[in-house]
Amino acid sequence: MSKYTKVLKDSYFDSVTLMSLSAKVKKETGASEVTVLMATDMNKDLIAKVGLSTDEVVNAGTNDCVVAVECDGDAEEAVNAIVAELAAGSSAKKEKKEVTYHTQAQLYKDLSPNMVVISTPGRFAAREARVALENGKNVMMFSDNVTEEDEIALKKYAVERELLMMGPDCGTAIVNGAGLCFANDVRRGSIGIVGASGTGLQEVTVLIHKQGGGISQALGVGGRDLHSEVGGLMTMQCMKALNEDPATDTIVVVSKPPAADVEAKVIALAETLNKPVVLIFIDGSREGQEGNVTFCTRLSDGACKAVEITNGRLAVSFDLDPSVYETLAAETAKLAPGQKYLRALYCGGTLCSESLSIARNSLQNIRTNLARKDEEKLADPLVSEYNTIVDMGDDFFTNGKPHPMIEPSIRLDRIVQEANDPETAVILLDFELGYGSHDDPVGITIDAIKEAQATAEKNGRHIVFAAYICGTDQDRQNFAASRKLLEENGVIVTNTNEQAAILAVKAAEGVQ
Amino acid sequence: MKINELFAEELSVVNIGSPTFLKDLDSQAVSYENLEWTPPAHGDVELIRVLDKLEKHKEEIDEANDRVVARVKAATGYLVDCKKAIDAIPGMKPNMILHSGPVQDWEHMADPQKGAVLGAIVFEGWAENVEEAEKYLLSHDIEFSPNHHVNCVGPMAGVVSPSMPVHVLHDEVNDTYAFCPLNEGLGGVLRFGKNTPDVIERLLWMKNDFMPVLAAALKICGGIDVRNIIMQALNMGDECHNRNKAATSLFFREIAVPIMKTDFPMEQKQKALDFITGNEHYFLNLSMPYCKLAQLAGTGEKKSSIVTIMCRNGYEFGIKVSGSDTWHTAPANMVKGLYFPGYSEEDAAPDLGDSCITETNGIGGFAMAASPAIVKFVGGTVQDAFNYSQSMNEITWSSNPNFTLPALDFKPSALGIDIRKVVESGVLPIINTGIAHKKAGIGQIGAGLVNPPFECFKKAIIEFAEQFED
Repeated sequence: MSKYTKVLKDSYFDSVTLMSLSAKVKKETGASEVTVLMATDMNKDLIAKVGLSTDEVVNAGTNDCVVAVECDGDAEEAVNAIVAELAAGSSAKKEKKEVTYHTQAQLYKDLSPNMVVISTPGRFAAREARVALENGKNVMMFSDNVTEEDEIALKKYAVERELLMMGPDCGTAIVNGAGLCFANDVRRGSIGIVGASGTGLQEVTVLIHKQGGGISQALGVGGRDLHSEVGGLMTMQCMKALNEDPATDTIVVVSKPPAADVEAKVIALAETLNKPVVLIFIDGSREGQEGNVTFCTRLSDGACKAVEITNGRLAVSFDLDPSVYETLAAETAKLAPGQKYLRALYCGGTLCSESLSIARNSLQNIRTNLARKDEEKLADPLVSEYNTIVDMGDDFFTNGKPHPMIEPSIRLDRIVQEANDPETAVILLDFELGYGSHDDPVGITIDAIKEAQATAEKNGRHIVFAAYICGTDQDRQNFAASRKLLEENGVIVTNTNEQAAILAVKAAEGVQ
Repeated sequence: MKINELFAEELSVVNIGSPTFLKDLDSQAVSYENLEWTPPAHGDVELIRVLDKLEKHKEEIDEANDRVVARVKAATGYLVDCKKAIDAIPGMKPNMILHSGPVQDWEHMADPQKGAVLGAIVFEGWAENVEEAEKYLLSHDIEFSPNHHVNCVGPMAGVVSPSMPVHVLHDEVNDTYAFCPLNEGLGGVLRFGKNTPDVIERLLWMKNDFMPVLAAALKICGGIDVRNIIMQALNMGDECHNRNKAATSLFFREIAVPIMKTDFPMEQKQKALDFITGNEHYFLNLSMPYCKLAQLAGTGEKKSSIVTIMCRNGYEFGIKVSGSDTWHTAPANMVKGLYFPGYSEEDAAPDLGDSCITETNGIGGFAMAASPAIVKFVGGTVQDAFNYSQSMNEITWSSNPNFTLPALDFKPSALGIDIRKVVESGVLPIINTGIAHKKAGIGQIGAGLVNPPFECFKKAIIEFAEQFED
């Protein structure tokens, strides 16, 4: 086993590039450890933990890149190959372009863009957003780890200037028909959506598409927008803009339950608009129609209501084929004694929340990294206990790493780990297709599912797998083939995330 | 609402940060521009705090910078005389040896600079030969001073001793003077540390025979407008740091007749003209002092964030900002470039000389787009040269309409390196330069590109920010 570590001075690379590269090299070479990281304090700790730190690493600064490998072969050679690949990547970019811009100020001297997408590390994001807004640009901020004070200041400024300040932590938008960051390829139409959640917004657009509806605009606002502190500043700004938008007939708002004061403001605003408004507050208490406002508590229900209001009818039924229930019963019957818990491993945050909400209705002893209540808190996010529902897109997992929707491989080990736990009965998974997502999230995961099932069976157990694929027939990842691949491997695939959660909970409930 | 204007327009995106989403913009045919983003200030939290603080004082700094660049642009530079350093340069002393770069002592001096110092001692007649020269140096009170401390600049080792002839340039607007030794030519020359008898002999000829002819000719013609020659030469393929062919020819055209009009013997005049003709870098030693004069006009503005000096001594790189007398130094970088046959980076001395006063003043590397021929010399493509000139606009406060770049539609060349912009963007000034052999006396072994160390700008901005309130 040889080890080698190299520090590239003053060589900034974004974390997604680095993570994707290290994942690729690890897979190709079978090296036991491949670490390519910027030398932030946190990353330096990480490098030390895997035993690849050197004095040079300790003294490295945040603008230095550390390349370290531990493998059976020649680690130095492997490191040099990675360094060469990094260098090639950056020079290829330069050759192509005639003019490169390093700062917004310089870019705006020559060009007049109208949307700035920011995905820098969080601590630098607010600075860039401020410059963009000051220059009259709309902002979509994918970056997270931005302080609430910065968020409030930026949004207040944007509201004054009548600009979009989507985010921080805004993962999804469809603007003028173009998907930004994570978005599905859906029909254009007359339903305008505001979403304080990424995958929630994706799920609603996908289900609207499946029901024959189309999207005028889908505007993400970031998960904190409806907290009391931010006060729904951008949600309400977007609702007003959609109300004025001649291409929008119906307005949908999607969020986890807002703070009570903010909820009241949003409802009050909705009532003054001259278009029908569907408010989807997951876990919310109100349902039904009052005037122009329709209240829903589930994503699929909200999507269907929006299409019904707009088109007067739905294109399809989401109801599952009865055979699915038979399969579920057969799978559940194979569980060994002692196998009793649900293990939901989510990439999509809002889909995770929706499933959590469903599970709470039927299951006791739920543990999750999304818990607000102490007794529900998962002690160690890396280890499941009782009925565990984990959002693997949470900061804990993504700090310094790409989101699992981009790099679903961070979930693979966890799937196998769950199968090794004799108490695991059901594994619930989500897959996101569309722009921004991995080229083949199901394909990259299928081996882990097989390995997990094999591990369980070797130990006289069986795992029930349920999954939901958030995607459309137009997405570049093949939706039909992905679904088929899962089903061929014994995974129960549903038409909505809600259904997947209901089935998985039902299976677990039966053995608890 | 302004958002509704967006809904009615074609979407046009700027991507800042991860390039991961760009392929999806490509596939949707959305027009976008990707910012070559790196963390501001190299991600240094303390420096970002400094930048944020300076942002609050933006107006007064911007105004000070406007004043600086206005003065720099207005400065003129006439070659008016050629005299011995001791007679020309206020502050020059009989026991003083000037050198390039920031403050330096004998102990840390780079080998080429040491070689030049010893040669200068022999040239002055203070010692018989180089061996004696070192003994003389160690036993006598020789005072070293950076050229910049007396408004002088010198390429490479930049060594100037009291009786060496210097070009005297005058700025009529500010009534200031700047100085530069004469260019000896390429190959084995003092500025690369060579100090053999033939080198000393040439220096003596320059002092005894050439200097009086040039001085007399300049009296006859009333001085030569160096700035004007630079303006023309930039439109004729020079960038006036590493390529001076056009400028030297233009200079020759101006000085030839006045030289012929002097009363010196014909042979002496012919030799003087031959000396200028035979050295296509003659003009470098005029371009440099003009740039020094212009930057001198820009100094003394306390609230300005503009760099007015960049130089190096083969050991350290040093910069000064308009309003401060502090040298901000860091170890000089190695030049990346092309080597003459038989040499490699292992033979190279670190970055050396005052010649990057040209970049400080917006020509040289900043004007590479004017000089596609230079890329053959320093490596790279013509497109690279264009890119360098364009990218310098990201770190400068202004641009100089006196100096235009034909290949970029006569765009003015970038002027006024702003330490705020350098620190924020991490983009460093680009310098194209000769590479000296690390051993004295071998001479130039290649040419290439180099940046100042970021550290210099970091130190500069920290000191600069101290004068402002939080």
